[in-house]
Amino acid sequence: MTAALPAGPEGGKWRAAWRLLGLLKPMRARMAAVVAATCGFAVLNVAAPKYLGDATDVVVAGVVGGAFDERRLGRLLLAVALMYLGASLFSWIQGALTATAVQRLVYGLRSAVEHKLHVLPSGHFDDQHRGDVLSRATNDVDNVSQSLNQLLNQLIMSILMLSGALAMMFWLSPLLALIALASVPLSTLLTVVVARRSQAHFTEQWASTGTLHTHLEEFFTGHEVVKAFGRQDTAAAAFGESNDRLFRAASRAHYVSGIVQPLMIFVSNLNYIAVAVVGALQVAAGTMTIGGVQAFIQFSRLFSQPMGQIGGMLTLMQSCAASAERVFALLDAPEIPADAAEPAPGAAAAAAHHAPRGNHPGGTGPAPAGRVTFEHATFGYSPGAPVVQDLCFMVEPGQTVAIVGHTGAGKTTVVNLLMRFYELDAGRITVDGADIAGMPRDRLRSGFGTVLQDAWLFTGTIRENIEYGRPGASDEDIIAAAQASHVDQFVRALPAGYATMLGNDGDSLSRGQRQLISIARAQLSGRSILVLDEATSSVDSRTEVQIRQAMARLRQGRTSFVIAHRLSTVRDADLILVMDQGRIVEQGKHRELLAGDGLYSSLYRSQFAGRNDADSVLEPEQ
Amino acid sequence: MLIKLMGRLLSAHRAAVLAIVCLQLVQTTAGLMLPTLNAAVIDDGIVAGNTPLILRLGAWMAGIAALQVAAAVAAGYLGAIVAMRIGHQLRSDLFTRVQQFSSQDVGTFGAPSLVTRATNDVIQIQNLALLAFTMLAAAPASFLGGIVLAAHQDLPLSGIVAAVIPLLAAVMVLIVRRLIPLYRQGQELLERISRVLREQIIGANVIRGFVRQDHEIRRFDAANRDLTRNNLASALLVARMNPLIMVVVNLSSVAVVWFGGHRIEAGEMRLGALTAFIAYILQILIAIMMAMYVFTTAPRAAVCAERIQAVLDTEPSIAGPPRGGLPPAPQGSAAAEAAPVAPAAGGTVEFRGVSFAYPGAEAPVLSGISFTAVPGSTTAIVGATGSGKTTLLNLLPRFLDPTAGTITLGGRDIRSLPLAALRERMSLVPQHSYLFSGTVADNLRIGGPAATDAELWDALDTAQAGDFVRRLPGGLDAPVSQGGTNFSGGQRQRLCIARALLRPAPVYLFDDSFSALDYVTDRRLRAALDPLLAAATVLIVAERVSTIERADQILVLEDGRLAARGSHAELMETSRTYREIAASQLVLEESP
Repeated sequence: MTAALPAGPEGGKWRAAWRLLGLLKPMRARMAAVVAATCGFAVLNVAAPKYLGDATDVVVAGVVGGAFDERRLGRLLLAVALMYLGASLFSWIQGALTATAVQRLVYGLRSAVEHKLHVLPSGHFDDQHRGDVLSRATNDVDNVSQSLNQLLNQLIMSILMLSGALAMMFWLSPLLALIALASVPLSTLLTVVVARRSQAHFTEQWASTGTLHTHLEEFFTGHEVVKAFGRQDTAAAAFGESNDRLFRAASRAHYVSGIVQPLMIFVSNLNYIAVAVVGALQVAAGTMTIGGVQAFIQFSRLFSQPMGQIGGMLTLMQSCAASAERVFALLDAPEIPADAAEPAPGAAAAAAHHAPRGNHPGGTGPAPAGRVTFEHATFGYSPGAPVVQDLCFMVEPGQTVAIVGHTGAGKTTVVNLLMRFYELDAGRITVDGADIAGMPRDRLRSGFGTVLQDAWLFTGTIRENIEYGRPGASDEDIIAAAQASHVDQFVRALPAGYATMLGNDGDSLSRGQRQLISIARAQLSGRSILVLDEATSSVDSRTEVQIRQAMARLRQGRTSFVIAHRLSTVRDADLILVMDQGRIVEQGKHRELLAGDGLYSSLYRSQFAGRNDADSVLEPEQ
Repeated sequence: MLIKLMGRLLSAHRAAVLAIVCLQLVQTTAGLMLPTLNAAVIDDGIVAGNTPLILRLGAWMAGIAALQVAAAVAAGYLGAIVAMRIGHQLRSDLFTRVQQFSSQDVGTFGAPSLVTRATNDVIQIQNLALLAFTMLAAAPASFLGGIVLAAHQDLPLSGIVAAVIPLLAAVMVLIVRRLIPLYRQGQELLERISRVLREQIIGANVIRGFVRQDHEIRRFDAANRDLTRNNLASALLVARMNPLIMVVVNLSSVAVVWFGGHRIEAGEMRLGALTAFIAYILQILIAIMMAMYVFTTAPRAAVCAERIQAVLDTEPSIAGPPRGGLPPAPQGSAAAEAAPVAPAAGGTVEFRGVSFAYPGAEAPVLSGISFTAVPGSTTAIVGATGSGKTTLLNLLPRFLDPTAGTITLGGRDIRSLPLAALRERMSLVPQHSYLFSGTVADNLRIGGPAATDAELWDALDTAQAGDFVRRLPGGLDAPVSQGGTNFSGGQRQRLCIARALLRPAPVYLFDDSFSALDYVTDRRLRAALDPLLAAATVLIVAERVSTIERADQILVLEDGRLAARGSHAELMETSRTYREIAASQLVLEESP
């Protein structure tokens, strides 16, 4: 039936359905057992009524002949009872095997989706609404799981019953069997016509579910903003629109595809009538017996019932296929280009000396020394709109690089490129002489300790969040890192201490506290290149002064990239990159740049322009 | 819970539901008539050799079949509409309720859980309704009809039916009772899966930065395994129910032949009754199978109904005054109520002995805070990370309610103002610069729905965001992704400031809104803001002394207490804490 469908825009859904079934391949043996059990069930289920009929004949014989053979009746009924028990046993085995197979398949599908999240380019989450990605991974996978369980159970059963009945019909009367068979193309045609109409609605139903998911994510996460601006009505209108769209698509999908089952029943009834009438005429003509016609009618019932059931499953099939298509679309989304197989030998050699922390487990190789160069690096998030252009600079191992410039000058992008969250459009970046584009990403990133602008923490305890930087770290190391980054102080005041659970998005902590934890996390990681992107922007200044020493110690001997507004940090940097509109407009040391009277000196002066001059001549305290 | 929820939802569709039941009855009856007519074809047509009668009866059968299909299609149509309406209604109810929630209420459930409840949980209920309309509507008729007809044929033999029904009920109850806790756990596990995935999407760069993909994969796998194990356990239970019911019903037909045979032999029953009886037992079986199909879906839906009802039953912990339903006229609402307020005092904010503690928490977040902020003045709030600054600000728009003390706005307790009217009087830049997906203009118009493009540009320029927005391809129509992730932290903050500026209000709240800005931008921004905010009451949470030193009063918070209050100069004299804060910044922003 599937093959008969034309490959239109809906062809993708049938391909998706096919691909879904393909996932059962590794479970071939189990599926064979399912078919065998179903066969056993079907045979016993068809045979039992016949023996029950024989038992009835025994009773009839008793009425007619006066001799009631109770022992024969008992034997027959015992046989029937055993058959029914056997049929139920087979049905149970079939159900259990199918359930296991489906759950395994769905487990694999869910894992595949999750693995995919790790190899999608960072940009994917920018373009795609993250609610939609989530909806695919949860609602659509769940829909596939639920529908597949029902489909596999019933579809196999229906197809077997159908073929069994058909065989019996041909055996009884080829002519009547052909009449019955004539209904098959008609049913198929009807199914195809309806399916083509309803498929688009099913696609729309699950796409709208994704949109709705996005809306809900946004409004529930940003509810304070919505309330603060009194925009509940607008939010409700936007939500209402996608809710309406989902309603329209879902109800259309279901009532259009719901037509199939009644139509199938209608066709099979017409077939039933034709068989009854033609059969009756044949009896009148003397070519068939009444008993023969009656038996035939019974089997044609057995034939049409599963036909109707298959029709009824159309809704389920289409909904399942629409969801499967969305899941596969996510699985097929372009991935980050694969890592080069082996790093250039020179890189490994260069990295061999000066390795502060030794090898990382998992074959990530030795820690880099930290010589970093940018050579004409150019990149834009969308083609034709470069965010950074022609970046050239060189950092020696152990140096601190400060990146300064107005908000939006492209500072964070430099970090994103260095860590290969995004790939360069032109130019190259090297670490210890090796082009990072040729380096496995994980090996590259294993060398970095990062504190990124958004201090993202995970659901889990504070301890687990710090340990994230170095799995398996000892309690002493964790507490030492926490003390150095002033996490210890506020954690000790919490009733549960380090075992305090952080809830949704770390909501129970202030943004400053979250930043401190992510600093502790980076501190613990002990990586040889540090990336600090506005690491302390929300930490209060007294705490910042206190962790400053620790930060300075942390930077010692490590190549560090620092994005900060504090000029104290900037001033001591070995190299200052001044960025403006995606370009490096000045680079050098503090004193050189100050003398240059360019953007840096104007930035620097402006910071102190409006201030009481009393503090402007203080020497830095170290 | 499920029944209560369904009852409430279906009561709005009474006529449609009644129509569905009637149509399903027509369909069932028509289906039952066909074999009877067929019997007539055989008895009166074939046996009597009456060919015209065969054809006439055939035509009758075709007519009835047509009636059946019409009824079924109509029932299917109505069923789909009503089921989807129910889903639509539930989602809408949930959304409306969550909109009334306070921050604490949302936190109790968690935003991701609320999303799951409004999507997946609703889908389960919708599916159940759909099944019930197509399968359950006709089942009782078929079931009762079967029993009545069976009893009519032979009363003593129906004793078998009477014995079988409690047995079937027992099987179903036993299994369903085990299913319910499994399904409940299942929905929670599904939520856990969704939470892990959500974190992996949002925290992608952190995971990749620390190369913790393997750890994440293991973490997800544990959740995935638990969910799979749970789903399998419930699927296996369902797989056991089907054969159990089948075997009970089938064995009862064996019993019918055995006992029936003996009754016939004893001359207590006619032969025809036996065949009829088996047919009716089958009819009862089909009805039960259909009902069972629905019942296996019901426990999951019941769990979902509970979860949805839990949200709907949660009274928003913060609500407007009892008469808050009145149309909230922005300025005039005060006049409409008992105590009229002089317009000049409209922006005065006063905290009197305000404390706040999370329920169950040992230490309060804020305790005994008192201060007054008047129009035309700026009040800055400083303090260490975690000292309660954001909480203090969140009390004003009533995202949270104080556990003790009162807050007044324009002389009136803010709890006596309708929420909408209260919030209309303030414009907020939240700590977390949250933007919505859409365009830059869409986001700005959250602040000023009626603003013209020129006004948007004005606000952007004041917020020092004009330059970078002009450079974006598309300008005001440039896309913003969910949460604003395609903008840098500083850009987001400035867009949020512009959004707030588009909503002129007597009170402005800036929660750490300048931290991601570089000093030049910060300075320019404040210079541009000053004239705009000259007449307003401004509350600023900030870190930088340079941002706050010109504030009219500065509140220094320490561990939730007001440690000191005064101007920069005063505090430099009197407050050690403030001096430390100022000194620490000099260290950090040390001069040449």
